[in-house]
Formats: sequence, structure tokens, C-alpha cells
Amino acid sequence: MTVTQTGDRLVDFDEVLTRYEPVIGLETHVELGTASKMFCGCATTFGAEPNTQTCPVCLGLPGSLPVANAAAIEATIRIGLALGCRIASWCRFARKNYFYPDIPKGFQTSQYDEPLCTAGHLDVEVDGETYRVEIERVHLEEDTGKNLHVGGATGRIHGADHSLVDFNRAGIPLVEIVTRPVAGAGAKAPEVARAYVAELRDIIQTLGASDVRMEQGSLRCDVNTSLAPIGSLAWGTRTETKNVNSLRSVERAVRYEMRRQAAVLDAGGRVLQETRHFHEDTGTTSPGRSKEEATDYRYFPEPDLVPVAPDADWVERLRAELPELPAARRRRLQEEWRLSATEMTWLVNAGALGLVEATVAAGATPAEARKWWLGDLARRANDAGAELGDLAVTPAQVAELARLVGEGTINDKLARQVLDGVLAGEGDPAQVVQARGLAVMGESDELVAAVEAAIAGAPDVVEKVRGGKVQALGALVGQVMKATRGTADAPTVRRMLEERVLG
Amino acid sequence: MDTDPTALDAVELGRRLAAGELSSVDLTRAFLDRIAERDAGLGAYLHVDGDAALARAAEIDGARGSGVELGPLAGVPVALKDVFVTEGVPTTSGSRILEGWRPPYDATVTTRLKAAGTVLLGKTNMDEFAMGSSTENSAYRPTRNPWDPDRVPGGSSGGSSAAVAGGLAPWALGTDTGGSIRQPAALTGLVGHKPTYGGVSRYGMIAFSSSLDQAGPMARTVLDAALLHEAIGGHDPRDSTSIDAPVPVLAEAARRGAGGDLSGLRVGVVRELGGEGHTDGYEPGVLARVQEAVALLERLGAEVREVSCPAFDLALPAYYLIAPSEASSNLARFEGVRFGLRVGDDGSRSLEEVMSLTREQGFGPEVKRRIILGTYALSAGYYDAYYGQAQKVRTLIGRDFAAAWESGVDVLVSPTSPTVAWPIGARVDDPLAMYAADLCTLPASLAGVPATSVPAGLSGGLPVGLQVMAPALADDRCYRVAAAVEAALDDARGHRLLDELDRRGVAP
Repeated sequence: MTVTQTGDRLVDFDEVLTRYEPVIGLETHVELGTASKMFCGCATTFGAEPNTQTCPVCLGLPGSLPVANAAAIEATIRIGLALGCRIASWCRFARKNYFYPDIPKGFQTSQYDEPLCTAGHLDVEVDGETYRVEIERVHLEEDTGKNLHVGGATGRIHGADHSLVDFNRAGIPLVEIVTRPVAGAGAKAPEVARAYVAELRDIIQTLGASDVRMEQGSLRCDVNTSLAPIGSLAWGTRTETKNVNSLRSVERAVRYEMRRQAAVLDAGGRVLQETRHFHEDTGTTSPGRSKEEATDYRYFPEPDLVPVAPDADWVERLRAELPELPAARRRRLQEEWRLSATEMTWLVNAGALGLVEATVAAGATPAEARKWWLGDLARRANDAGAELGDLAVTPAQVAELARLVGEGTINDKLARQVLDGVLAGEGDPAQVVQARGLAVMGESDELVAAVEAAIAGAPDVVEKVRGGKVQALGALVGQVMKATRGTADAPTVRRMLEERVLG
Repeated sequence: MDTDPTALDAVELGRRLAAGELSSVDLTRAFLDRIAERDAGLGAYLHVDGDAALARAAEIDGARGSGVELGPLAGVPVALKDVFVTEGVPTTSGSRILEGWRPPYDATVTTRLKAAGTVLLGKTNMDEFAMGSSTENSAYRPTRNPWDPDRVPGGSSGGSSAAVAGGLAPWALGTDTGGSIRQPAALTGLVGHKPTYGGVSRYGMIAFSSSLDQAGPMARTVLDAALLHEAIGGHDPRDSTSIDAPVPVLAEAARRGAGGDLSGLRVGVVRELGGEGHTDGYEPGVLARVQEAVALLERLGAEVREVSCPAFDLALPAYYLIAPSEASSNLARFEGVRFGLRVGDDGSRSLEEVMSLTREQGFGPEVKRRIILGTYALSAGYYDAYYGQAQKVRTLIGRDFAAAWESGVDVLVSPTSPTVAWPIGARVDDPLAMYAADLCTLPASLAGVPATSVPAGLSGGLPVGLQVMAPALADDRCYRVAAAVEAALDDARGHRLLDELDRRGVAP
């Protein structure tokens, strides 16, 4: 048992599992990457000057009317199909009524009891075990504006001097994907939650439906967690944790809520059904508004929009045109590259699958591609705190590097220097080799001169070697390598030295 | 010209403009003068910008002078109900909550009227957010009926009806949610038409009840109404509920109807709207004029029979659940954050308090009554019993119409309003009596079918309207039948009904 700074008592994670079974659920919001908003023609570019991407419709001005974005409906159906959902043949938008300044119309146009997609599933793998996550629904709605609370210490509304609203985000198409409760994952529950979000993200990225960048909010996640005493038939009361903005946070939020709720239950208390906020810095959650005083949203069918009735043939065409999804692709590549399940998992977890695939496509062998991306490049990304894909090197350049090593133009050690040059923007590997003069040196006059200079400059070492201490030759090899800035081939240098000193 | 142009119909004005007998500037000035003389007493307008109107008129005259080909409406002035947004021109929807708001965009009908070359005289008074049947719910002032200044002009488009009947505009646009074009037209001796739902774009029309609201013409003659309807009608990609079909040819139908031959036409008289056993609340004078009009239709060759539409009896309660429900949501955007009135934002109050104060002070009692009604009807636990049931009634009303058309009836007729115009103030404390004014007009609204009100004569010196309803998209039938009635009555009388109106009766 530990106590956090905020006063939450926490049961040790392993101990939680001796008494309770966790049940998790995830609600994921994905901002679609359509060129225009859900119900008007405004642009959706991220990071534009506040309130420059607005019009009477997304500002909710009197008299304005929505027109549904067909591209957003298509993207939602494709997501539903990728998740094995049933696609509604007829459904409607609904108004969710509540007052908040970031809701321009006084209601959010969403879907209520008639979602576009229902009853799907997503299989995720954790430590070689497959967990099936059932999808309850996938529906389409519009995003809200963004409040900026000025003054005060927290950036939250309490204590702020005033608030500003940016409506650029208002009306961006938002897909909500809701799972059914996931039970039975036990100790793996936090990782299953994370793996689900990661897999969902990869699927949506593969579909090209969104850029799914959690840090920019284009993929947002609410995590529901509850605990039930082991053997109990009834599920416990759940909390809904918001502000979970990274894959790591998904896992931590579930872990934290399990530990906190266990302490509440152990003490004979009752878990409150409430919204909680996740704090990235401390890894803790704190209570938000209570669901028990939940607003009545007075949902009713949106009379300003006509029903959505996707034509069955069109849906079948979309199904047939789905790209290869991440799971199928992983199975295919694992087979093609002859990898073990564990090796494949490493590759996926490192975020290197696509990079390796592209590097292989550019001519490297799978082994070469994996070696560079999981080795030197992974270390560099890690040092820089960046993602592998953010490094300033392309798969084609890595393939070229591997080719240069394979041909013997450079060795591994030189190859790292070549990478330095590529990452510094000095061009492709061959250009860097040329410019920096990094090619492996043959038995050239320059090398002979360097070898002879090393011998002449260290008579004491030469003496030792001749006296039988052959390992002392290493110092001379080092001398030559230094003089040639590593471009010499070490075994060649050793042979040349032996010929001259011992010969 | 000998004749005062403010007493002429729009077709005649268009003809004189095209013939060069009249300039748009002179015509516009004539209406502005009449507004200046009479509107203090009548209260038809909320906003008039004479300079802008004259500048626009001069522009049209200039174009005509330089030989530009212009349409039949070019240079003819028009008035718009204040529910339509007009770029840069104040638009209030009759409410304090929008006082001073100048919209940054034009409604589609505004754009289309501009494109047709009309001259905007001003924005007309209305019940706040179109909620009312007398225009007494305007937050600004009541409007008087040109036939009797102590009586209401109907509503909610009472500013438009008073303006046209009083000669303060040749024609005007109104909106009809439960009868707000037809009933004021009937009470002021005008022709008013509610198009098929989806026939005219709602984009830029401040919403009251989205599934019912329709814009339409209010005019001195059936032909004028048809021409104005053609100018604003047709598909608009900005309104998802707008019908993507060609506008029926309406002016031609009106001209054909005026020829007077209705042989082969089958007319159904709706029993539930003033027929046997359903006369409670109907004035005998109204029923008499309607019966005479029906007899006239028969003389013109139509085959008349009675038709029963039992679900029409449920139209009133269904309407007063559906319309307030949608309104409670549509009016949520008026909270003082982005436009219009903001009350109490002095730094000491929370956002919720400012929103509440704004709505408390910005909305009038009838609007609040309907927001509360609608909020209740949509609440969890009550939705099925109220909103859900009302939607079922709506389906039944639609089936009654369908059954009538299937039985071989081409149009249905009824009184437009159970009564003639009533004295100002007589119903303000009795909302149910006020709501009953819409009894005859609600079924067509709920079913989304077109309906016209055409003058059927006077009762006690006040106008009575005949309502002609047709199947969806058959607006042309309404115009044809209405034009036949109009022509026959005008012939019998020797002059138009509006010519009986003492035009000095509305002096301040």
C-alpha cells in the first residue's frame, strides 16, 4: 500500500489481482483527415490562426444549416468495415443538447440510437496471447471548439481571468469508437488497453482516414476501468478517465485506477461513477465532474439533416477496396522475413515495421534492414527522444548504406560516420562517402606510408613485438587507423604491419 | 401616372417598369413615402433603410437604361419578414436577443431576390421567433390590421401581411411553420402560399421548428404569389432538406386557373375542418364564405365531395409538442457568447449566470413558454410519451392526406382560419385560444404538403380565406385552383377584394 501526494491510497498492482478482476472499456475519438469540416466547407488544417477556419455554419450563426460531408461518412464506414462491423442501411444524426461556449449551436450533432456501424471486434496481441475486444459502435459526430482559459495557474477554467474560444476545431468530423466491456485480461488489462489503442491507431492510419496523432489530439481516448471481486458475477462501478494522450498513458491510467479502486474497495468504500482526469506528469488521476449529476442531453433526430442510407453495393465495394490491414500485413511479413513471433513483436513495438518494409523494398535484405533500424538508428532516436520515423534518414538511404557495406566500400564503423553525415543533411550515403572520403582504403601508397610512419614513430613497440609480445602490435594498428580516419581495413593493416615488423 | 402605384399588383408594376412608364426609383420612393406616412400607425416594419432601397432602385434603373436584359421582377420592391438574414442589414426575428445584430451573410432567398433584381424595402415585424398567430408577440411592437386598426393582422408573418394589404409593399416573403403565411394572408385579404416542405431553401432563415418551417410568398394576387415563389424556389445545396427537383411551373398554372375552367378537377372538402360535427370555434360568417367558394368551384366544373381526415383532430396537440421540442434546441444558440444580446457580463458572474441572464432578459414570455414545453417533451423518460407520440400522430396525418389523394381527390379545401381577425389583446392571456387560430393550417404543415390561402370574401367587413391543399410537389394545383376562385370572385364583384379596403384607415 502506498499513498500518493494527492492523498490517493494505492494497493500494489500484483496484490490487486489477488482479490479483483479488472474490466476495461475504451471510447476513442478520431478526428478524420477530411479536407473540409463535417457540416460545412471550412478547412481543417491543424494549427491555423484561431477562428480563421470558420463560417456561419460552424459558428452556429442564426439561420445556418448543416450539410453532411460525404467523405466523412465514407471514412467512417471504412473504419467500421475494418473493425468487422455491421453497417447500418439507414441511420440518422441526432442532436445532443447542452450549453457550453465551445458548442456553437447549443447542441452537438452526433449519433445516438442509430449509429452508422455496430457489432465489430478487434483482436489484439499481448505477450503472444490474443485478446478479442468487441466493438459496440462506431459513429460520426462533430468536434467542439477549443476553450483557452487565460490567467490563473492551472489553465483550467477555475481561477482563470477570462476564457477565449477557438472555433477552428468546431465541426471537424469526429469518429467515436466504443468498445464493449473487456473482462478476463487480469494482470494484462493495462497492456490490452494500450495494445487496443495502438492497433486501432495503426488500422486507421492504414486506411488513411486520419493522421491519428495523439499529441495533437487527432486521436483521443477515454478509458473506463472497474474492478469486481474475483468470483463475483456483477461488475463494479466504473470510472471514466479522460485526458489520456499517449499509448503509455493509456496503460498507466488503467494501472493507476486499478490500484486506487482496489484501495477504496478494500477499505469498504464505494467507487464513485465519475469522470477522472489523467495527469501525464504524475501518472495519477483526479476527479472531474460527477456522472451522477449527469445532464439530460435530450437527444432527438436532427431535423436539419436527411437520414444516411448507404447503398449496399457501395458498402460492398468499399469492403472490397480496403487495404491490407496491419494484422494481415504482420502475418505476411513475419512469414516472408522468416521471423519468430518475438522478433516480430520487437519490430512492431519499436515502430520499425513500416520502415523495415520500405528499406527491404529499396533493396536491403530483411536482416540488414532490421539490423540498422533496431540497432544504431533506434539508439539515436532514443537519445534524441524522437520516434524512429522522425529521424532525417529515409528507408532508401538505409538500403543504400547496407549496399555500401555489403559491397565492402565501407565497413560498419565507417557506416556509422556515413549515417552521421546523412542525418546532418549532407546527402545520400554515397555522396557522404565521397565528400568525407570514408571509403575503405586498399593497399594504397597512402596506407603504406601510414604503416611505415607508425613503425618509424614507435621503435619501442617494434622492439617489444620483435621480442615476442605480438599483441603489442595492436597499438600500431590503432595508430594507423587513426591516421587514416578509420578508412583503412583493420585486418589489412595488421597484415601489412606483421610483414614489415616480423617479416 | 394617375393611379397610385402602391395600390397595384406586382405584375402590373413589373410591366410598367419594363415599358419605361415608371422608374424603380419613383416606385420605391412611392412605397417609402407611404411607409413614412402610415407605418407609425401600422407597425408593419422593424427596419427600413430608404437610402439603400433608393440606391438599389437607381442601380436597376441604370442597368435597364443601358440595355441590360432584366427579369420580370427587376426594380419591383419587396419586403422580407425579419426572420431572413440579410447581410449587413439588422435581423432580429422579432426578438430582443438579436437586437442590433447585423448578419455577415445572406439567406438563400435573399440572394435569389437580389439576383432577380428586386429592391429590398425593409424587414417586417413578426411574432418573436415566429411563435404566435397575431404578431402581438413581437418584442418590439404590435402590428395592426389595415382592415381595422384595432384588430390583429394575423401572425406570425403579420408585418408582411399588414405591409402588403396596407400598400406599404407590393408583396412580401413570410414563413409558415403552422400557418404563419396562410393565416395572416387570410386575415388581411391576401394570397399566401406555404410551399411543399423542401421546396424553398431554409438556409439563412432563422429556425423555429426545422421540420416544419417553410418560406413563401404573400401577395395581392395569385399570379404575383406564383411569380415570387418561382423566384425563391428550387434546390439549394446548402439546405439538406431542400428537394432536388425542378420547381413546378407556377405562374403558368395561375394563368391557366384564372381562365376559370376547372372541369375534371376533383375537390375534397375536409369534414374535420369546419364540416358537419366539427363547427365548434368556427364563425358562421367564415363557414358561409367557404361554402360559397366551394359552390363556386362546382360551378367552374369541379367535382366536389366531402373527405374525412380523422387524424386532423390531433394536429393541434401534436404540433404543440413537435414545434416547441425543435424550438427548444434551435434556440439554444442564443446564449450571448457569439452574437446579439449579452446581459450581466461584468466580471462578477459565471458563464452560466451570464447565459441565464441573457436568455431571461432576451426572450419574451411566449418563447420561454415554448422552450420550457419543448425541453420537457424531449426529457429522458418523457420523450416517448410526448415527442414520440406526436411523431406518430404526424405519420397518421400524412396517411389521411395520402388516403385522400388515393381516393381520387386532386386538392383538399377548408377555411384557412376558423375566425376573422380578432381585436388586439383579446387572446394574449389565453394561449390556447391563440393556438386554436392555427387549427386549419396545421395538418398541411405536419404533412409537409403545399397549401394556399386565397380570399373568399368578407364577413362583417373583414376578410375570410379559403385554404387549398395539394399533394407534395403539386404546388401548381394550389395556384391553379386559387386563381380560379380569385378570378371568379373578382368578376362577380367587379373589382378586387383589396379595393374595398379603405386605404386611409391606417393613418396614424
